[in-house]
Amino acid sequence: MLKSAAIALCVLAGLLAVSQVRAAGEQVVIGVIEDLSGVYADTGGQGSIEASTMAIADFGGTVLGKKIILLSVDHQNKPDIGASKFREWADQQGLNALLAGSNTGVSIAMAKVAAAKKVPFFAVGAGGASLTGADCTPYTVHYVYDTTALGNGTASAIVREGGKTWFFVTADYAFGTQLQDAAARVVLANGGKVLGAVRAPLGTTDYSSFLLQAQASRAQVLGLANAGTDFINSLKAADEFGITKTMRPAALLTFITDIHSLTLQTAQGLYLTTSWYWDLNDETRGFAKRFFAKVKKQPTMAHAGYYSATLQYLNAVKAVGSTDPGLVMAQLKKSRINDVFTKNGYIRADGLMVHTMYVMQVKTPAESKNPWDYYKVVKVMSGEEADGSQADPACVLVKK
Amino acid sequence: MTTVFGVPLPAILGQLMLGLVNGSFYALLSLGLAVIFGLLGVVNFAHGAFYMLGAFAAYVGLETFGVNYWCALILAPLTVGILGIVIERLFLRHLYQLDPLYGLLLTFGIALIAEGIMRGLFGASGKSYPVPDSLRGGFNLGFMVLPIYRAWVIFASLSICGASWFLIERTRLGATLRAATENAHLAQAFGINVPLIVMMTYGAGVALAALAGVLAAPVVQVSPLMGSSLVIVVFAVVVIGGMGSILGAIASGVVLGLIEGLTKVIYPEASNVVVFVIMAVVLIWRPNGLFGRESP
Amino acid sequence: MSAKDRFAKVWLYGVLAIVGLAAPWLGLYPVFLMKLLCFSLFACAFNLLLGYTKMLSFGHAAYFGSSAYVTGWLVTAQGWGTIAGILGGVAVAALLGLAIGALAVRRQGIYFAMITLALSQLVFFVCLQAPFTGGENGLQGIPRGSVFGIIDLGGDAAMYYFVLAAFAAVYVLIRRIVHSPFGQVLKAIRANEPRATSLGYKVDRYKLLAFVLSAGLAGLAGSLKALVLGFVTLSDVSQATSGEVILMTLLGGSGTFLGPALGAILVISLQEYLSGLVGAWVSVMIGAIFVVCVTAFRRGFIGEIERRLARRI
Repeated sequence: MLKSAAIALCVLAGLLAVSQVRAAGEQVVIGVIEDLSGVYADTGGQGSIEASTMAIADFGGTVLGKKIILLSVDHQNKPDIGASKFREWADQQGLNALLAGSNTGVSIAMAKVAAAKKVPFFAVGAGGASLTGADCTPYTVHYVYDTTALGNGTASAIVREGGKTWFFVTADYAFGTQLQDAAARVVLANGGKVLGAVRAPLGTTDYSSFLLQAQASRAQVLGLANAGTDFINSLKAADEFGITKTMRPAALLTFITDIHSLTLQTAQGLYLTTSWYWDLNDETRGFAKRFFAKVKKQPTMAHAGYYSATLQYLNAVKAVGSTDPGLVMAQLKKSRINDVFTKNGYIRADGLMVHTMYVMQVKTPAESKNPWDYYKVVKVMSGEEADGSQADPACVLVKK
Repeated sequence: MTTVFGVPLPAILGQLMLGLVNGSFYALLSLGLAVIFGLLGVVNFAHGAFYMLGAFAAYVGLETFGVNYWCALILAPLTVGILGIVIERLFLRHLYQLDPLYGLLLTFGIALIAEGIMRGLFGASGKSYPVPDSLRGGFNLGFMVLPIYRAWVIFASLSICGASWFLIERTRLGATLRAATENAHLAQAFGINVPLIVMMTYGAGVALAALAGVLAAPVVQVSPLMGSSLVIVVFAVVVIGGMGSILGAIASGVVLGLIEGLTKVIYPEASNVVVFVIMAVVLIWRPNGLFGRESP
Repeated sequence: MSAKDRFAKVWLYGVLAIVGLAAPWLGLYPVFLMKLLCFSLFACAFNLLLGYTKMLSFGHAAYFGSSAYVTGWLVTAQGWGTIAGILGGVAVAALLGLAIGALAVRRQGIYFAMITLALSQLVFFVCLQAPFTGGENGLQGIPRGSVFGIIDLGGDAAMYYFVLAAFAAVYVLIRRIVHSPFGQVLKAIRANEPRATSLGYKVDRYKLLAFVLSAGLAGLAGSLKALVLGFVTLSDVSQATSGEVILMTLLGGSGTFLGPALGAILVISLQEYLSGLVGAWVSVMIGAIFVVCVTAFRRGFIGEIERRLARRI
């Protein structure tokens, strides 16, 4: 009996072994790790996987004669899941590139794996500026937006209109704190003051006590340094408790899906900073139409970012004729990015993809003529205006 | 402006008000838990899951069947209560003669299943449930605007708690219940159908949790994870109040909600842990809890 | 024990040892194997309490995770060596076990479980707030370092054998503890506590010592895991992890030696294979296994095997 148990164990071990390793080199493997079921499922989520799939199809489905495979998994906003899956795909599945995001904390963990395993990593939809600062790596490309640009866009628009005193309600993890810092810097630089801040755990649903603290500070502006359903819940609660009557809400990161959830009635007048909007021009409208047909929602800037990043990676691979990470990264950093996402974008030494940013204002219900017609352009910022003309000195890759 | 501990009075009153709202939830939930433990000896780890299921019953009721809030207040607890009874009959019943730890583990497993299924069906982020039209708007209390809905929550929870306490402690039905649990054999000799009573009591406790869920739906967004973080706090509340005591559970719930609110404004970082710290202190000083009657 | 039994036992452990030593060469993913070993260690440590003292600690992740955080912090921010970092973590876990245990062992059964549960939540929230843990972001980039500066642990193979050695050592230690006079007293306490007290044993002290040992060894598992994977996050001190270790022990067989390890292997493998599917359904499976175990399979796999063989392995 004991003997048979021992034999069974050996057989089990053998079976496990056989099922493990995928033959590397015969395919080009691209991975997408996103928040598929949590706070950011609408802003990124399944739509991101769709966008990447569309890009692969538009590219032709093969590159250098090899089939392109897309892997995807839900990181559930947990750094350990994101990092482990990335490492496993790199070790076991021959991963050639990873696109991931919607959570700065998870993205920072994954950036470390990217450096260790030398796999190009596109941080799409995560905001933290530290991804191209203290947490930068030679393999990270920070794609769609970052907290610096958000601060320079939204915060400066509000401060210049007279919103001088601020109180922050911040998501308590890397993204929230970096966004608060970026906005605070802009406020101070423009002669304003930060009266206080409070941190709410990611995924908080009842913001009442945090908002009461904000109200007690008597600040003019309620700085919401959060995103996704966190942002939706905090704005709704602010409305419910009459706080929006005495304080002006600053939506430091908003996606079009948030506005859709909140409705124009609640969200009208909000300023926000975005790198892409579906209704900007014919090209964006064309992409949005195809996306809408599959996902039934208009694409957010993150979705457009996934499409573009996938396409650009494949273009780079084709251009250098190999998937070698060093060559591909070098190619990416010397190319210009011209596609539906942006024109004349480029990747800086610290990994940031510098491109045009727009400050938008949410239309009033009267101004909106069609479904999803939510934004009007207030200001167009060049990449340098949004993110500064120099690479982030905190990044070790930047020569001092 | 007057200040207490250096904090402006309006801020303190505001947080106390919110603390009262939370305390009402704690009271309602710990009441259900205390009923189940006091009368059945089962530590119902699935209490948080039933709370969550009650909220989802209201949400699904509204989205799919057009059941409005007021109907949901009755139908959701009824539906979830029946589910509780089914679970009691199929699973819990077999464990009464064993170590009570098994009951704890079983209900823990059931909580995982319930949460997992709901997460698989609805995702992890919350679904919004609208405040019923008749309860919209707010009272301007001067130091804050109190949404009418939250005032309703306080009123409803405390009324239900009061009614339950009265039912258990002061009516004949309650006396029958208490007799059945103190001495099942003797009660059965008197002709009381003890297994039936046990089953109904579990159903009632679960229904109370579901009712709390419906009340909570417009406040906290309906999410599969809404019960799991709450249930541990509720356990701590029940331990503080004394595991067998109904009144202790209600009183501790309200008081702890208030203390939590106060902590949020004086020392916000500690607001998550203040309940557990108090629990540790109470246990050192009074191992049976403040109102407890059970022996260790 | 008869000669035949002894031979069979040697055979079994011999095969296990060979499989363990050869595993990296069988093409199995070493990081996964190390994860299995760490959790097996965690479950064995937990079993010291549940299986041999019948104390259900519902918050054992507190020791696992806090030791992981402390080791991670010592090795990164403070620049300590690997072994020193591990010892530091274990020390903290043991102290935490002492503090929580001192409060908890005064009560029994359900009350004990609830107290450990609530106090471990306290630990969770402290870890959430404490600056050195990195909160939601977790502690990242923990280097593996080397053993006393001689053997570099960076490569997966070297690290694997290090963890395997640690596991083997702890396994032997647990067997010795259980078979020692101390273990016999614990057995007596479990069988009939009032009688043990009447015989003059300071029951609470024995229970507390068992608690501290279990906490420290759980901490060791946590520290190793931190080094293997290179990061620590809040999941490691969460309620979910506490629940998982209970399941592993129950499934494999509490009160046996190999049971918790088998349970850990089964649960982690299950999670790994199902992780390609939706994460939520994995929870349902775990819950379902819990329910099945508690209603119909209380002895667990190894427990059932032992019963049929009418002997202990």
